[in-house]
Amino acid sequence: MLSAGAKEKIQRIIARYPVKRSALLPVLFVVQEELGYLPDEALHEVARWLDLTFLDVETVVSFYTMFHRRPIGRYHIQVCRNVSCYLCGGDAIREHLERRLGIRPGETTPDGRFTLSEVECIGACSWAPAMQINFTFYHHLTPERVDEILASLP
Amino acid sequence: MEKVRVLSARFDLPDSHTIEVYLRTGGYQALRKALAEMTPEAVIEEVKRSALRGRGGAGFSTGMKWSFVPKDSSKPKYVIANADESEPGTCKDRVLMEKDPHAVIEGILLAAYAVQAHLAFIYIRGEYWYLKERLEYAIEEARAHGFVGANILGSGFSCDIIVHPGAGAYICGEETALMESLEGKRGYPRIKPPFPAVVGLYGCPTVINNVETLASVPPIILNGGDWFRRLGTEKSGGTRLFAVSGHVARPGVYELPMGYSMKRMIEEDCGGIRGGKRLKAVIPGGSSAPILTAEEVEQCTLDFESLLALKSMLGSGAIIVMDEDTDIAQVVYRITKFYEHESCGWCVPCREGTRWMRKLLERLLRGEGRPKDVDLLYELARNIFGTTHCPLGDAAAWAVYPAIEKFRADFEKYVRAAAVSVSAEPSDVPGARRLLVV
Repeated sequence: MLSAGAKEKIQRIIARYPVKRSALLPVLFVVQEELGYLPDEALHEVARWLDLTFLDVETVVSFYTMFHRRPIGRYHIQVCRNVSCYLCGGDAIREHLERRLGIRPGETTPDGRFTLSEVECIGACSWAPAMQINFTFYHHLTPERVDEILASLP
Repeated sequence: MEKVRVLSARFDLPDSHTIEVYLRTGGYQALRKALAEMTPEAVIEEVKRSALRGRGGAGFSTGMKWSFVPKDSSKPKYVIANADESEPGTCKDRVLMEKDPHAVIEGILLAAYAVQAHLAFIYIRGEYWYLKERLEYAIEEARAHGFVGANILGSGFSCDIIVHPGAGAYICGEETALMESLEGKRGYPRIKPPFPAVVGLYGCPTVINNVETLASVPPIILNGGDWFRRLGTEKSGGTRLFAVSGHVARPGVYELPMGYSMKRMIEEDCGGIRGGKRLKAVIPGGSSAPILTAEEVEQCTLDFESLLALKSMLGSGAIIVMDEDTDIAQVVYRITKFYEHESCGWCVPCREGTRWMRKLLERLLRGEGRPKDVDLLYELARNIFGTTHCPLGDAAAWAVYPAIEKFRADFEKYVRAAAVSVSAEPSDVPGARRLLVV
């Protein structure tokens, strides 16, 4: 299911921790990076590596918002809805994204290119309004700037 | 007050994140000094003398925290740098780790030496992935120079550092929830006591500090605790990074001495309120801190004591500024939605209370509020306060009831709007509306 490179990376991560289970979150990130999401089979495999049960892994995965149990778009647009972004016009950015992409938060475009999410504070308050696309931060957003960013994505 | 750049001294230098720049500007000298000339106890004493208090939120004395770690314990000890910066309004640790990762690493090593820990973790929120990579790179640079790993600088002291990603959960910024998360579990807070200094990660003595707190330690060791304390106030030593956001002309991360005037910061450092408008309110310490009115801001100084006297808190040092056009009910709604989303669900008052507060606020904002809804919201918040295991419930309550006390009109106006719509309803179905109101 996983490439040899990912498996090797996972072994290296597990070896660093004094207690195996501690490697759970970083290992899940490696798997998600490789597969794009975390299907059941992947959780079973992670459970085997860390001497856990499927349920141990599943309950952890469901607690954290950055893990996806279903495939998401190639570009995950995460627009902040918290207070500092709200004060600086964050709502208009979200509305603009909804119009441009034709989807609502929580949805993916039919071509699988974009998933839109509303997220809580991402730590970009002094440069609001802000969003993240996958792991990249975008600050000082305006509708025009959003259009430029979307157009620049490969 | 004199503005001295301690934490941000390197921020403007090109390649400030590299070990070359760090070494050229006094980097790792504090570690050298501590390992060569100071006992672990002397390091703790110096930090105590500095009046350094936690920069994450609670503001507890750092030296005291370290001194609680039992010296005679046979268990391994750990140090954790809390880089889970998630408090709405807060983005200062991000700048610190981006611009000066080695200051954080040196601070961690000094803390580890002080409590004799041989393994340290940096728990960083997953959204800051680029900083995780930057810190990992910096750790390898430091290892190559003999500052990290076995037998550091030939002293016989060894310490390694692991950067560990969180995965999107505000609650993991709470220290015991963070440890649960680091152990590979859901981020549920633990009941305290016992405190982490005695029973922490893997049940072992653990020191956990915010990254800015740790980055303050090298200059303290190098220049002395008295020097650091005198930069700030008697009880709040040193300088601090303030993340300013909202309606100021120049939002940003500012380093200012503790005790600095909040009004001066807004007007001079941040260029005043955007568009020449008037100040309405400030949330002074991240979304968990009770809101201040413009009058309160006049007398407020940026230190723990002043904010405490105003029944608020300096928290994470995030200053959210709001102009005269701001609708406080809308602001409170955003914050309440956040706490509802981030409640771990363990304590009923927090899990259910935040949901009900959000629903009440939504009803008000839709213009469907009942006359008693503002009081109901107030009572609800008061009932959450003090009834939960961790401070998330208190934070959710603090975001609501002081805002109602100080800006009641902003909430009442939605009730008035609702009253108008009720009287405009047809009157031929008596009681029908009452049935609809849930």
